Amino acid sequence: MTKIPPIPSSEITPEQIYRQRRRLMIGIGATLLGTGLAACANPLAAPVQPTVNPNSTPQPAPVATGAADELGDKLTPYEDVTSYNNFYEFSQDKEGVAPMAGSLKTRPWTLEISGMVAKPQTIAIEDILKRFPSEERVYRLRCVEGWSMVIPWLGFPLKQLLAAVEPTSQAKYLRFTTLLDPEQFPGQRSGWFSWPYVEGLRIDEANNDLALIGTGLYGKELMPQNGAPLRLVVPWKYGFKSIKSIVKIELTDTQPTSLWMAAAANEYGFYANVNPDVPHPRWSQSTERRIGELSRRKTLPFNGYAAQVADLYKDLDLRANY
Amino acid sequence: MRETNRSIVSIAQRSWTHLVHPLALAPLALLVLDFFGNNLTANPIQDITLRTGLPALVLLVLSLVCTPLNTLFGWKRVLTLRRPLGLYAFLYAAIHMLIFFVLDYGLDFQLIWQTTMEKPYVLVGLAALLLLLPLAITSTKGWQRRLGKRWKILHRLVYIAAPLAILHFIWLVKADIREPLVYGAVVALLLIVRIPAIRQYIRSRQRREPAAQPIDTRA
Repeated sequence: MTKIPPIPSSEITPEQIYRQRRRLMIGIGATLLGTGLAACANPLAAPVQPTVNPNSTPQPAPVATGAADELGDKLTPYEDVTSYNNFYEFSQDKEGVAPMAGSLKTRPWTLEISGMVAKPQTIAIEDILKRFPSEERVYRLRCVEGWSMVIPWLGFPLKQLLAAVEPTSQAKYLRFTTLLDPEQFPGQRSGWFSWPYVEGLRIDEANNDLALIGTGLYGKELMPQNGAPLRLVVPWKYGFKSIKSIVKIELTDTQPTSLWMAAAANEYGFYANVNPDVPHPRWSQSTERRIGELSRRKTLPFNGYAAQVADLYKDLDLRANY
Repeated sequence: MRETNRSIVSIAQRSWTHLVHPLALAPLALLVLDFFGNNLTANPIQDITLRTGLPALVLLVLSLVCTPLNTLFGWKRVLTLRRPLGLYAFLYAAIHMLIFFVLDYGLDFQLIWQTTMEKPYVLVGLAALLLLLPLAITSTKGWQRRLGKRWKILHRLVYIAAPLAILHFIWLVKADIREPLVYGAVVALLLIVRIPAIRQYIRSRQRREPAAQPIDTRA
């Protein structure tokens, strides 16, 4: 587990207060809907059982080693993490992803690392898992749509992978690519987006200790809907930066154009750091809803990881470079 | 026997329009059922928001379909559906807004103000609802009588509210705006056929082709 310096307690809403808010919300909800909401014990927090095909059926929740992140935030239930997903390669409906995700074959799978590296290589998933032992990291995931989760990931630091391929001195950026295969990813038949999904990081961002190549969650291998078999996890950035089902990482000297930058450059920038001070035309970025909670909570700069990553951007105007 | 059949048929003909009530209330009933069945996704507030917003838009569009149906096919009876469709649209839109203010933003007025000013989709959505409010209030026969000619002019506000609702939809979609554009095209069409010149053109064509008029099928 990485040592993460504690957030000043003044910045954290005391549990008692947000619980009070929550009770208040439930009371208001009951009046509003004209139903006996109060009669059901916290019905909204109950897990949702999706109908899924066998390959993507979430197994009973395994026990995570920790019950909370370093801020004391509770883990999001396994059922929610595996049934509420943004993965447009399958569906634009977050609940519609898991039922379709069985079409993705995650074996055999290879990852190509190429471009400005001394040792380009194509590695089979089995070898990756052997060469880079996974560890557990509990990270918050903040979606640009204003919701968030706390997820116990399995994975290994991206910097280990970089060290193995030895980037040359010209290499400034990493360009990640998701598998392109409309047979397995029916969403890629839509001409609306410029498939395949592409994301990018600056090389110093990739070398930050928080940047993870995710291989699993809740102590198990990744489900297809969560980006199996290999995905990026960069918890200080909005969720869409954490590209799923990666087949290629190229080292380049030019800033990659991500799929979302190509789709709407005015809304989705290259950096996409979680920033409550940079508003988005649709969703509140100053607040968020933690899945399983009713009231909103304040969004923290860099999603609460400022101590680890703020230094990367000290010479950057974060309002211009959103 | 024949008498009974005829009266059943005539009752059916007269009262099929009452189906508007169960049909318009069905999305709300399903929502309540899913609420008690814990079937509102991992993000229930967003689910409720979407599932009240979409019926509001669909019902508003349907309320605009009635008049052109009468213009084109002479279906007088559908005109009686305009009031319930418009009122149900307002009901869903009002619940939609209350969910946003009360459940989503917890009546935190500072945050609501900030969000409304910051996000044009909230502003136009709110504007559409506020335009529908006087229409809902004056939807009664009494108000219709009291306002006389002005009632019709007032209720043309829906021609502004509907495009605003479409704009609200377009601006809140992440990138793939095909769905709101379909609704937008339908609303555009429904407003175009109301332009007096186009309306007159349609009527004059109907006079030249009497077979198109349902009245003539009796002959």
